[in-house]
Amino acid sequence: MTVTELGIPRRLLEFTLDGEAVRAPEGATILDACRASGKDIPTLCEGDTLRPKNACRVCVVEVEGSRTLVPACSRKVEPGMEVRTDTERSRHSRKIVLELLASSVDLSTTPQVAEWIKEYEAKPDRFGPDAARLNEEPRVDNDLYVRDYDKCILCYKCVDACGDQWQNTFAISVAGRGFDARIAVEQDAPLTDSACVYCGNCIEVCPTGALSFKSEFDMRAAGTWDEPAQTETTTICAYCGVGCNLTLHVQDNEIVKVTSPHDNPVTHGNLCIKGRFGYQHVQNRD
Amino acid sequence: MDLHFGDSKPTDEERAAIDALLGPPESSWEGAARDEMRAADLRWARGGRAARDRRDLLLPGLHAINDRVGWISEGALDYLCRRLTVPPAEAYGVATFYAMFSVKPRPATVLHVCTDLACAAAGASALCEGVEARLGLGSGVHVERSPCLGLCERAPAALAIKAGDPVRTAVSAPATVHEAVLAASSPDSAPEEPPAAMAVPQAGDPGLTLLRRVGVVDPASLDDYRSHGGYAALRRAFDLGPAGVIREVTDSGLVGRGGAAFPTGRKWQATASQPDHPHYLVCNADESEPGTFKDRVILEGDPYALVESMTIAAYATGAHRGYLYLRGEYPRALRRMEHAIAQARARGFLGEDILGQGYAFDIEIRRGAGAYICGEETALFNSIEGYRGEPRSKPPFPVEKGLFGKPTVENNVETLVNVLPILTMGAEAYAAIGTEKSTGPKLFCVSGSVERPGIYELPFGATLGELLDLAGVRPGLRAVLLGGAAGGFVRADERDIPLTFEGTREAGTTLGSGVVMAFDDTVPLPRLLLRIAEFFRDESCGQCVPCRVGTVRQEEALNRIAERTGAAAADDIALLREVGRAMRDASICGLGQTAWNAVESAIDRLGAYE
Repeated sequence: MTVTELGIPRRLLEFTLDGEAVRAPEGATILDACRASGKDIPTLCEGDTLRPKNACRVCVVEVEGSRTLVPACSRKVEPGMEVRTDTERSRHSRKIVLELLASSVDLSTTPQVAEWIKEYEAKPDRFGPDAARLNEEPRVDNDLYVRDYDKCILCYKCVDACGDQWQNTFAISVAGRGFDARIAVEQDAPLTDSACVYCGNCIEVCPTGALSFKSEFDMRAAGTWDEPAQTETTTICAYCGVGCNLTLHVQDNEIVKVTSPHDNPVTHGNLCIKGRFGYQHVQNRD
Repeated sequence: MDLHFGDSKPTDEERAAIDALLGPPESSWEGAARDEMRAADLRWARGGRAARDRRDLLLPGLHAINDRVGWISEGALDYLCRRLTVPPAEAYGVATFYAMFSVKPRPATVLHVCTDLACAAAGASALCEGVEARLGLGSGVHVERSPCLGLCERAPAALAIKAGDPVRTAVSAPATVHEAVLAASSPDSAPEEPPAAMAVPQAGDPGLTLLRRVGVVDPASLDDYRSHGGYAALRRAFDLGPAGVIREVTDSGLVGRGGAAFPTGRKWQATASQPDHPHYLVCNADESEPGTFKDRVILEGDPYALVESMTIAAYATGAHRGYLYLRGEYPRALRRMEHAIAQARARGFLGEDILGQGYAFDIEIRRGAGAYICGEETALFNSIEGYRGEPRSKPPFPVEKGLFGKPTVENNVETLVNVLPILTMGAEAYAAIGTEKSTGPKLFCVSGSVERPGIYELPFGATLGELLDLAGVRPGLRAVLLGGAAGGFVRADERDIPLTFEGTREAGTTLGSGVVMAFDDTVPLPRLLLRIAEFFRDESCGQCVPCRVGTVRQEEALNRIAERTGAAAADDIALLREVGRAMRDASICGLGQTAWNAVESAIDRLGAYE
């Protein structure tokens, strides 16, 4: 039997979005309301399975009466609010934020960001050739996944997924401060010396590819990673009776990555080490 | 929660330091040796909510280790985590957040040499070089270039902290190379710091309101405090009742003195009316704005005044527990406040039944550990709770969800001590002081190029020129920085700016926390701006992109144009404006939002780089 969660009925709030009267359920964020009315606002640190941290500030919009811009991903809609999503002021901030990120972080594997950079006419190289970058080397310290912090925008999603929002393992945290802040395990040790349980739920939420399957990392390094050529097949994990949905990403008849649908009521996108990484028996042909 | 610990063990000293704070471990779960275990010990573990509720002891625990050993080793951190059921990765994130902690070995003594604005103008770089030359490797002293130490009236300043049992501290200000080295090598034999009243040139003036006891009473004596009018305000508060106190404070027109100028009465009312309980009171004494040292002078010179005013604020807002978050670089203020709170507790001015009125309230001191951002109210809550001192997004506001997620009223030291005259003289008489929109007396921290630097108390409405004359401004004045690093520069000829919230706003600048720093033409302006930019880069918590990267780009651009003017600087100034605008508009908190203020004002008002 399929159970459709209806939830408790929510009051509809009326407010103004870019000059048009719209209604959104109580508790919805400005971003929810925008998406419901077909407007998309760029965002990096927002994730469909996590509470937004609103750290990236790409999604800022103007709200009448607010001294500063507000993050659409986490500001809840209030009745009578006047929101403008595409003003010169908010576009300026988005452009600068994209420039600041692109000039310090390797965004080569971040989906959509290249389009946004074009759309907002961001010029990351105008900070000059000496602009400080993260300058991190990929950390390959285990067979399952790679942490390439040169691609990390510090969105906190992996920390939240590892911590109290999903996994409750608390193997990683933000360490250091300011521009020197990095995601790290205790003492910045290799992953193998940490509390990590290799569930890979941090990879699932990473928006930039800083965290990736070792298989993906190696194939990208070898130039063989070909996403358009991959098929995605959703199936049920065979290891235990929980019934987690797995989405197998297959290229050239080999499983190259495993994810889980974020709207799956069992997993919400999360898996354990077996479901996420224990697929080799499938392709053992001997 | 799945705790994982490495093999590192704490040394006996580290274990003793932590046990001195938390008591001996109750079970092997908390790190007791197995042979100390009783059989019953095997059947329970102190986990879950009971363990998580002690997370707020993490920062005091890190202090305990650092105070004893001088740095935080892996073994010590693991043991502290075991004791508090905190994941080591999170504790590592917290320990690396604060500038006063080190997770790498370093000598037991750290000498913090201030290189911030007032000290830089008073020769801090020569002092640093001299000290570093004398205290090289093997000297047993680690020299750290530090942001403002809040000793601007005695610039240049240095603070030595020698780990041990107990930890020893010595302040050298104004410091010479010889004195700073002496303070670091033997803090115990360093000369006593001058009394707090030395920072108050007006001390003893009968016209003073907020500073009237500084230099007059013995800061250690509760009796002396009482014989100088102490605890009259609390008695009046009990007569008025909580709602009556809030009415008085509202009618007085008091607004926050920490920089944001929010109406205090409204904040109290909003907290008092919250149905959720308990309510908390937090006093923000994390005074770290470069150039600000007014709270230090009150804490050191009239500590009971803060105890009394915190009691009144808590009574009015229905709080029974208050936290005094004191910046880590104020060792003497810490000692004075610890003593005052203990005395007040012993004499029934704090505790279960204050003055026999059946009202219970107590104060706990929490020390900061070197993070300017923790002066932001929500970052301060996170810091007390044992998390990284990163600001939270608002709403919800602290009056609704503050410390431990409960309704919290958070006030600056100076704001709180204003409540005493409001209650003793009445709201009407208090509101008659100052101007219509900025009522009451105000403390100003005057430093830099003046004959008599220090804290000045003037009614709101005095002009900048009057204040500078009072402090004896030296000839050759080039610029005045109002409000600290987050404030703005004004020109030497703008002496008529009224020192009120509305007056400074009209003049396109800010009063901020009351910093008035005078610079003469011997100090190159680009060098000052670069120092301000370095300050914000160092102090950004790193949470949001505009501030984390923007402050770096700002510093880089200022570095490029340090020696340039006119057309050669124009491109970078345009870049600074664009980045500055995004920092102001899109940063999460006031740090990023104000990080470009001073630079902008120097370009627009002073014509820097022209």
